[in-house]
Amino acid sequence: MGDFFTASVLVATIASGVRLATPYLLAGLGETIGQKSGVLNLGVDGVMQLSAFFAYYTVLKTGNLWYGSLAAIGVGLVMGLIYAVITIEFEATQGISGIGIFILGLGLSDLLFRELVGTPKPIRRLPSVDIPLLSDIPKVGEALFQHNLLTYTAFVFVPLSVLLLSRTTFGLNVRAVGENPHAADSLGVSVERTRYAAILIGNAMAGLAGAALVLGLGIFQPNLTQGLGFIAVALVYFGSWRPAGVMAGALLYGMVNATVLQWKALNIIPVSGSVLANMAPAVITIVALAFLARRGSAPAALSQPFSRH
Amino acid sequence: MSTESQKLVEMRGITKRYPGVVANEDVTFDVEYGEVHTLLGENGAGKSTLMKILFGLTPADEGEVLLRGEPISISSPADAIDARIGMVHQHFMLVQPLTVAENVALGLRSGRRPFTDLDVVSKRIHELSEAHGLAVDPSTEVWRLSVGERQRVEILKALYRDAELLVLDEPTAVLTPQEVDDLFVILRHMVDDGRGLIFISHKLHEVMSLSDRITVLRNGRVVGSTTPAESTRESLAEMMVGREVLLTPRKPVLAAGRPRLSIRDLSITGDRGAVSVDNLSVEVHAGEILGVAGVSGNGQRELAEAIAGLRPVDAGTIQIDGTDITRATTASRREAGLAYVPEERMRDGAIGEFTVSENLVLVNHGSSEFAKRGLFSHAAIRKHSEDKVNEYGVKTPTVDTPTSSLSGGNIQKVIMARELGVKPGILLACQPTRGVDIGSAEYIHRRLIEQRSEGAGTLLISEDLDEVLGLADRIAVMFEGRIVAIVDAADAKREAIGLMMAGVLDD
Ligand SMILES: Nc1ncnc2c1ncn2[C@@H]1O[C@H](COP(=O)(O)OP(=O)(O)OP(=O)(O)O)[C@@H](O)[C@H]1O
Ligand SMILES: [Mg+2]
Repeated sequence: MGDFFTASVLVATIASGVRLATPYLLAGLGETIGQKSGVLNLGVDGVMQLSAFFAYYTVLKTGNLWYGSLAAIGVGLVMGLIYAVITIEFEATQGISGIGIFILGLGLSDLLFRELVGTPKPIRRLPSVDIPLLSDIPKVGEALFQHNLLTYTAFVFVPLSVLLLSRTTFGLNVRAVGENPHAADSLGVSVERTRYAAILIGNAMAGLAGAALVLGLGIFQPNLTQGLGFIAVALVYFGSWRPAGVMAGALLYGMVNATVLQWKALNIIPVSGSVLANMAPAVITIVALAFLARRGSAPAALSQPFSRH
Repeated sequence: MSTESQKLVEMRGITKRYPGVVANEDVTFDVEYGEVHTLLGENGAGKSTLMKILFGLTPADEGEVLLRGEPISISSPADAIDARIGMVHQHFMLVQPLTVAENVALGLRSGRRPFTDLDVVSKRIHELSEAHGLAVDPSTEVWRLSVGERQRVEILKALYRDAELLVLDEPTAVLTPQEVDDLFVILRHMVDDGRGLIFISHKLHEVMSLSDRITVLRNGRVVGSTTPAESTRESLAEMMVGREVLLTPRKPVLAAGRPRLSIRDLSITGDRGAVSVDNLSVEVHAGEILGVAGVSGNGQRELAEAIAGLRPVDAGTIQIDGTDITRATTASRREAGLAYVPEERMRDGAIGEFTVSENLVLVNHGSSEFAKRGLFSHAAIRKHSEDKVNEYGVKTPTVDTPTSSLSGGNIQKVIMARELGVKPGILLACQPTRGVDIGSAEYIHRRLIEQRSEGAGTLLISEDLDEVLGLADRIAVMFEGRIVAIVDAADAKREAIGLMMAGVLDD
């Protein structure tokens, strides 16, 4: 246990926690925007898997990490469009439709991987970029300012989503449509268009989350997320629909995860028989968040299809 | 402003069918520039439907609309707003967690896109509220506002958009007489500017004072048009209902009995963290209707919610028939004999997705009358519901219709039927006839008087001063969280009460 509390191990753990938090932060922020508009998207995990595959495959073929990231965003947008058409045009139940998207993403990424790649081959990983000056701060610099660009992007998206939701007309429309679509409609705000946009933004971010996951690992395997994309949905609830809350939750998850990995590496807990240890981060995060989370209330029209009477 | 023949709007031959009802049948209706045209009719007559068609909220099955002489197709509220049509809806169209300014700004073009310009909007709201006496703070979230204040926000939204044709679907239902007078001054200004106004109200004296023309609908059809000069309140009532209506309730003289509801030294904190009910004491006796008069926002809502068990109290006690219920659950309050008609019927009074029948048994579906060994006896529930629907004249195709599709006044009747149906010992009634047509209001008043005769105590919280004056035995005037005066209804004067409501006391 003593080994764990040395400065260098702690710094490494925090750095890895931030890294592990990234995909869930990106996906959670996207899910927040969608839910704020009244749309529950349970398909995040599937979107992450499929975009992770496309990011991986693009990098495998072109060697270009940015093409990979763009491909992932593209996949997110396409999946978002499918989901939007199903839930907005056809007013299908959002819960079930989201599960459908999850299964589609999971199955398709698995199939494509086996058809197109077969055996896992490593790809280039996103390089870390040191932030000038800040990364030179002892300890703190190593823990926080020596990460890859997608990690920085994820954290920059936190204030940006706050700004988007609270300061822009689009954000105002999103909040109104998620709370009382009839009121928004009566003032000429298009409920459909606002929800389309929110879904597309949210899914693009889930796509980017997939890219962050796979390009951080440098390898793809079927069922890459192992269903942990659902953590992103949980983070939105525990974060009380606030980006900062989602960030806090994502960091908590990342840190717990990193600690468990570190303990395994230091043999503080056994590597074998570690099903429990594998589950621990998700369980601990959810339990902790359930206690810590500030009670916020869900958007009143969450998961309700809109139609005029 | 206009050529003699050109109307601001003309609706021709409008027909609209809903499953089981024809809401509008071959309705022809127009508004000229500079005119207030009132739509009058019983609950469910089709007034709101006609206006929803005009505003693009629902399509007509037949008929056409001409705006400024041109045929126009309005298929969404956005189209209507583009055509400079504004509407104050019968039920609030407000986003509760958003601020007043955000609610007003919604859908407007911001001068600072993509960002909002809420400071500009707030400033303009301030100007408008100053100019029109519609006091409301732009930075407050709507859920913290009283219904009267919410109504002001709705009117501000319409004023802000500067509509040329303004539809007001029962805008005065929750306003005090003073607020109504102020509103009418604003509306008159607008009309003198050459704008057109469509006004809907069940309060006949308002209709008489504001309208230039009046058109009466019954069962979806136009039964006639008239002007205030050619009519009286009685003749309008008769035209609407098709029979003579007793406009002022008559009640037998009763000696007040034992206290049934006793409130002692009650203090409550409001949503804004300030004291909203301040050391208030009052008693309601058996066989008594105690009317609470006051401008909305003076603690009536908090008082009602505390009695109903929906809001914690800071200090003091509430007793029903000697049993302390200050901290009791809502269920045990009901067992103690409390019935509650909330002011916000759609939020607290009924479940929109539930059927009429389900809403009618909402408070007592577990009683032996409606359930046997934990299972509903549907036959008994249906029979009970059909009886209530007939008794109260609820206009609904069937008792299995979702309540949200009923007209506003009919939803109110469902709630009244349920709450009076349990034969309460104490009835807490907030705005019991809000939005109810005069024929049905007459019926509800009769029932209130009947249960008074049977020994129930009634706490009537209403902003309709005429209703309070007509029904109450004693009138308590509420101002800034206190009861500033209790007067016998017999020697109460409208003007004096109006002044006390505004906080002017001469002793
Ligand atoms: N969405 C709907 N679905 C089915 N029926 C409806 C719907 N909206 C209205 N109706 C029916 O149409 C008829 C007219 O309703 P409307 O709301 O126009 O009445 P109203 O004159 O405005 O009454 P009130 O004074 O109570 O507001 C009623 O019988 C009502 O039940
Ligand atoms: Mg109506």
